[in-house]
Amino acid sequence: MDDRALARTLARMATEIVERANGTEGLVLVGIQRRGVELASRIRGLVGQSEGATIPWGKLDITLYRDDLQTVGPRPVVGETSLPDLDGKTVAIVDDVLYTGRTVRAALDECSDFGRPRRILLCVLIDRGGRELPIQADIVGKKVTAGPGDRVDVLVSELDGRDAVELVRA
Amino acid sequence: MSATLGKDLVGLEPLSREQIQLILDTAEPFKEVSERAIKKVPALRGKTIVNLFFEASTRTRISFEFAEKRLSADTVNVAVAASSVSKGETLVDTARNLEAMRIDMVVIRHGASGAAQFLGQRIRSNVINAGDGKHEHPTQGLLDMLTLRDRFGRLEGLKVAICGDILHSRVARSNIWGLTKLGAQVGVCGPATLLPRNVHELGVTILPRIEDAIQWADALNVLRLQLERMESGFLPSLREYNRVFGVTKERLARAPKDLLILHPGPMNRGVEIDSDVADGPHSVILPQVTNGVAVRMAVLYLLAGGSPDWANPGGGGE
Repeated sequence: MDDRALARTLARMATEIVERANGTEGLVLVGIQRRGVELASRIRGLVGQSEGATIPWGKLDITLYRDDLQTVGPRPVVGETSLPDLDGKTVAIVDDVLYTGRTVRAALDECSDFGRPRRILLCVLIDRGGRELPIQADIVGKKVTAGPGDRVDVLVSELDGRDAVELVRA
Repeated sequence: MSATLGKDLVGLEPLSREQIQLILDTAEPFKEVSERAIKKVPALRGKTIVNLFFEASTRTRISFEFAEKRLSADTVNVAVAASSVSKGETLVDTARNLEAMRIDMVVIRHGASGAAQFLGQRIRSNVINAGDGKHEHPTQGLLDMLTLRDRFGRLEGLKVAICGDILHSRVARSNIWGLTKLGAQVGVCGPATLLPRNVHELGVTILPRIEDAIQWADALNVLRLQLERMESGFLPSLREYNRVFGVTKERLARAPKDLLILHPGPMNRGVEIDSDVADGPHSVILPQVTNGVAVRMAVLYLLAGGSPDWANPGGGGE
């Protein structure tokens, strides 16, 4: 997926989020560190343009909620978490790749420690299959079939110098 | 970031610049956890931590306990007066008995220099030094450094004067090791009887008078004057100390710039520091306490990990 395809996909996702949330009233975007944050910020810009609304948004780092903290080493780097009020809101969680579902499980747990959203939507740019938990996305940019050894790299210009999605086969 | 901390935190002297930086950087996101409505994350769920305090402490013990609880660890406080230690049990026996109950970490404060290292070499649990004799108090040094970094945005090139009883102070020692490793300049100021004889070998500037410290420094870290020192002949009187070395508003008024004021507590108001200064606009004494919890959370988080040579599974996107 090149930069133009990525832009089109994000535009569609932005529209779908507003559709699913029945407008922008009470909508909050939450990006999962790190690339989910960049994607959430872009979707926020797109929604802002099309709806003329300023959407509250935040960043979520799920490191401290990982289910493998007992075993991984060295310790994963903890990123910034900063969230607006989530109580009673429609929270759209944005991440780059949905794989095992463990990140999303952690994000759901963490969100509920911050408040009680009315509803949580999951929006991912790439769904690569391979779930280990019963979790599915509400809004998907693109579905790909990737094996366990394959890598899906989402590149964003803010961090990687260019926009692209690349599937690297094992 | 590839630095790891190893098994124990005994002091800042054995740590590298990268390891100290890792702790300070890791403390940043932990500050936010304490601002949440639900001040708890599950990172240390199921870990058991014993706070083994052989010396009185309020601030440090409570700070560690908050840090542990906010990471979801289970904690037990062992106060020495009420334990078998007072029946003559040795330090190692006490710790081995605790370990037999399957604990994961020990936070120890002890009157003997080297107690934390001694323990760390003899038990499998992680050991964190919460102050050992006149040796080190690493988490205090780290929280002082974090507070300085918050205010100045850097430590490199910063001039920090540590004032008071340097000779008996583990806080001074941890600050000197930590700050010099991160490129700050450290000055020490205090009565000649309370400066270690070879203090210049630590790479610090000796500032004989408090006025010199105030002229020289960007920040003053004012140590608590331990009142028992007076009884043992190191000082003539508290009033005398205040007159010669007290950090007062009048003295600070002559500083070339506003100085940041730190104090590890508990304060002797009117002795080493005047109330005007302690409660003044440039005092960061309470932010130090807030940062203490974040730094301790960072240390607990970094030490409690799996074995550092285990592979890091997963990768991009997950």
